[in-house]
This record gives sequence, structure tokens and C-alpha cells, in this order.
Amino acid sequence: MKVNELRELIGAENLTPEVGEDREITCGYTCDLLSWVMAHGDEGMAWVTVQTHLNVIAVAVLSDMACVVLPEDIRMEAESLAKAVSEGMTVLTTSLTAYEICGRLSAAGVPGKAM
Amino acid sequence: MNALMTNTYPVTAADYTSAGRASADIKRKLKQLGVSGDVLRRVAVASYEVELNLVIHSLGGELSLSVYPDRVQLVSSDVGPGIPDLSLAMREGWSTANDEARSLGFGAGMGLPNMKRNADDFDIQSEVGKGTVITMGFRLA
Repeated sequence: MKVNELRELIGAENLTPEVGEDREITCGYTCDLLSWVMAHGDEGMAWVTVQTHLNVIAVAVLSDMACVVLPEDIRMEAESLAKAVSEGMTVLTTSLTAYEICGRLSAAGVPGKAM
Repeated sequence: MNALMTNTYPVTAADYTSAGRASADIKRKLKQLGVSGDVLRRVAVASYEVELNLVIHSLGGELSLSVYPDRVQLVSSDVGPGIPDLSLAMREGWSTANDEARSLGFGAGMGLPNMKRNADDFDIQSEVGKGTVITMGFRLA
């Protein structure tokens, strides 16, 4: 599944339209503790989090993730979005809860760990 | 063996806005040198963890990168306060992070264990009142 397919699957809005949506998603994850995510993050991951500060982008980029997904219509600060764009990281937001997003990802066959 | 490249990054205590800049630059530089895949990811994770530890826990310090033909070395050194109980600090889930750090999603107590897991060699020396030095080595295939 590519990022644009995920966007459609969860009815999301792309907050970083400058960044392409053709990264392949290898796995999905949800957690709001950044150190925990650093320990479990993976290449190509779609990461669902309610955190929106600058360090979220740093963690996503350092782990080479495919995208960050914000649940429940959460918006991200302009500063973080600017960083995401400059680093080439897609940020999506959707009205679904983290639980619902992960449910749809899992039903679509996206695993919790990259194969 | 002489280093192909060295760089030192000062890290300011409690500066969460700049946190991650050193690690991002380290990742960029290594990529330019042709380091990729698993090693690049492990260095990136470990350097971010150690940089964040300097921001969250230290009174300030620096992170040094040295690249040799066969390995990458990261050295973090700070000016205090030092860690009273290293075995406790190395335990997964143990954290002394303050409320500000926790509100940003840090303080899971995964930092040091995560560094050790990602580095090929890991050494930590600490003295209360003086500071902490962490040395990590990564073998280049």
C-alpha cells in the first residue's frame, strides 16, 4: 500500500501536499512515547500519534518512516509541518481515532512489523 | 587509523526546539559518505537518543562524530550532573525525565537500552558532580 492509498482508506487530508505520496507502507504502528517509538520504529512505517511537536518529525525521519498519521482531526504546528516538508515526510490527518485507523490498516493487510 | 571525517555538535540543555539537529546532520553526512541501510538507521537512532539524553538530563554537552574506513564512532560528553546508579539507568523503563520532557512524549526509560541495542560497542562512564561520557561504535560492513 502506498501513502496515497492509505489517505483514501482512512479519508485523510494531506497536511504536506508538497511531499509526494508514493512511498510504500511496509507496516503500521501507534504510540505517543517518542523513545518507545525510536526503539520500535521501522523503515516504511505509517505511524499514528497524537503528538505534533518538532521531535515527531525528527523521529519519523531518523527511522525512515513512510508517513505520520494524526487521528481525530488533530492539526500539526506550522513549524513542524515546515520541517516535515523540508525532510520529505508526509503528514496526514483524519477524523478517525487511532484505534479505527489501525483497524483499517490491519484489515487491509498492513502488518505491525515490516516483513 | 585516521578518521575520514570528524565533527562536533554542541548540545544545549532543555532546548527541545533544536533537539534532533545534530542527529539529522550526522545521518545526512553519513549518507553522503555512502553509509546506508541497517548501519545508517542504527547510528541515526542511537545518535538521536544520546542527543535527546543530553537535552533532557544533562547540564549541557557535546556530541562528536568520527568516521573511519571500517567504523563510525559517536562520543557524547556532558558537564554533569552525572548518574548516581548506572545499573538502574540502564534498566528499560527507568526514567528520571521531568514533566516537561514527559509532556513531549519522552521519558519512556528506553534511551540508554536503545543505544546499547543499536550500537555494536557501547561504553558509559559517569561520575556524580562531573559528568557522563558515552562511547558508541558501529562497524561498517
